[in-house]
Amino acid sequence: MNKLTRYFQGLFQGNKLVIGIPYGWFILLVAIPLLIVLKISLSEMEATSVSNMVSWTKGLPTLKLNFANYQFIFSDALYVKTYISSIKYALITTLICLAIGYPFAYFMARAPKHIQPTLLMLIMLPFWTSFLLRIYAWKTLLVSNGVINNVLLSMHIINEPLVMMNNSFSLVIGMVYSYLPFMILPLYANLSKLDIRYLEAAADLGASPFKAFWLITVPLSKAGIIAGSMLVFIPAVGEFVIPELLGGPDTLMIGRVLWDEFFSNNDWPMAASVAVVMIALILVPMAILNRAEASLEEAK
Amino acid sequence: MATAPKSHTDSKPAEKEVLLRVEGVTKIYDGTVKAVDDVSLDVMKGEIFGLLGGSGCGKSTLLRMMAGFEKPTKGNIYLAGQDITNIPAYQRPINMMFQSYALFPHLTVWENIAFGLKRDHLPKEQIASRVEAMLKLAQLTKYAQRKPHQLSGGQQQRVALARSLAKSPQLLLLDEPLGALDKKLRETTQLELVNIIEEVGVTCVLVTHDQEEAMTMASRIAVMSEGYFQQIGAPDEIYETPNSRSVADFIGNVNMFEGVVIVDEPDHVIVKCDECTHYVGHGITGNLGMAVGVALRPEKIMLSKEKPKGEYNWCEGEVVEIVYFGDHTTYHLKTKTGKVIKAQEINNTRDLSCGLTWGDHAYMHWNDLAMIVLTH
Repeated sequence: MNKLTRYFQGLFQGNKLVIGIPYGWFILLVAIPLLIVLKISLSEMEATSVSNMVSWTKGLPTLKLNFANYQFIFSDALYVKTYISSIKYALITTLICLAIGYPFAYFMARAPKHIQPTLLMLIMLPFWTSFLLRIYAWKTLLVSNGVINNVLLSMHIINEPLVMMNNSFSLVIGMVYSYLPFMILPLYANLSKLDIRYLEAAADLGASPFKAFWLITVPLSKAGIIAGSMLVFIPAVGEFVIPELLGGPDTLMIGRVLWDEFFSNNDWPMAASVAVVMIALILVPMAILNRAEASLEEAK
Repeated sequence: MATAPKSHTDSKPAEKEVLLRVEGVTKIYDGTVKAVDDVSLDVMKGEIFGLLGGSGCGKSTLLRMMAGFEKPTKGNIYLAGQDITNIPAYQRPINMMFQSYALFPHLTVWENIAFGLKRDHLPKEQIASRVEAMLKLAQLTKYAQRKPHQLSGGQQQRVALARSLAKSPQLLLLDEPLGALDKKLRETTQLELVNIIEEVGVTCVLVTHDQEEAMTMASRIAVMSEGYFQQIGAPDEIYETPNSRSVADFIGNVNMFEGVVIVDEPDHVIVKCDECTHYVGHGITGNLGMAVGVALRPEKIMLSKEKPKGEYNWCEGEVVEIVYFGDHTTYHLKTKTGKVIKAQEINNTRDLSCGLTWGDHAYMHWNDLAMIVLTH
């Protein structure tokens, strides 16, 4: 008894409490909901309770799991195609963000110390406006009678309006635009810590600035590249709003399928299955990258 | 300038050729801060040249201009007769061993040493054999596949040296090469470093704030202060015949007496100070009545309890502090005028040599060639 009270006393000591709050939050709002989603995906209808999923045969509990949804997902070409397409768009977005974000972060980290906070502020400035509003604004820019087409037409650069809306172009633009800060910030944090002496040592040993960049700066910023890429890739795979507003009939994204399953078809077990597969698809590369990053940290 | 006799001939070896020439180099930062002020210097082939000075004296800036990381605001730098002032660092046949080494953390020891060789696009076998030779030279063969963070400080230092020597540079720059090591390791590493450098036969410029490091490693030293050279000379020259009060004060310990020349003969001078009267056994380039400083190193002062004979070169005081170093002891003696004079005694027996203790009255005396008369 005494032990137990002491245990509980200990539990509420500062450090445990501090660690406990985020863990409690995580269990309550991430782990449990995920388990519920998993449960729904394995039942025949949404109302199935856990007790219905366990049947008793000869005194032993048997789990009655329904894998039909998963079978359906992998047999239906549309789902497979959608997953592939989602990953493709997420990858394209990640690569473009990296291509734009890296030089951006690099020059930001090299900028005079006193203007760096301003540059950082400018990166975060878009967050002050509603995300939906900003995505919607792209629509007015890209549609056939939108700003860009009107300008180009009036300048006689083009004769017909360009089709820039509701296709993969508008989708990728929207995604890159939205996720770019998530690439820049970890890269900046990493690159600003890079010790300039490594570059001097490389130059001293005969490496041109370009060579020194590829052989020293890039490898040493690997952790930042991985962090930025994960921050862009993971949410991009499941993105719903941007494909909904800027995408078209050809730009299949799993987020939209999820929405349809939940709200149009009302097939919650199916929707839950789609979500679980998506999580699995993201978790695998993430685990690999995490391990790569851990070994990288160890090497430092 | 130096008023002591020129006991040393100019230490610059005349028959040797100049490898590095620094000519009237000035570096101004942000338009106002003069880091290096109109400095000229010749470094001979094969010598180890030391740049010695406190922090912010401009020695590092000068070294960085030699390496090519900074451009002089004014003046030129020549290497083997060729003007390299505007050649970028990566095209100079000069390599540097960085302070705290700057070893590439993501590369192994082998790759670190091979880095410079690979930039020259040498054939693979040649790179491999050169790296192996360097590993052997620095006794690192066992550690070839380790990453820098898996090595001790001394090993990292040797990797840095091997890396900077791999390309057989014409000039090797050493930026505080031993600064990151603890005292014990420093002593052994110092000799190792000099041995390796001499084995390779490379010309070196060494930057350090540690006078002991400069004295033991360099064949010539430039004492730098506020961006200019105060004195250039061999280590013993700088120590025994400093040309100014500040050099005397910076290198080692010194007792400084202020006085006036009362006798000025070609073979001796007498300087009258508050504490004592100095009989200096050589002529000076000053004149009668001139105010001068007399610098006297603590190790040149002898202590005794009996009053020395004669009227010159002794002084009495009370022991106010005893600092025990093991191999020697420094006694601080307070004279009647309140001036504290340091005297160093070697502990050549196991009981404290002169048996002095706090509060004792003692006499200090020295011979007539122990001191330097300084007019600056």
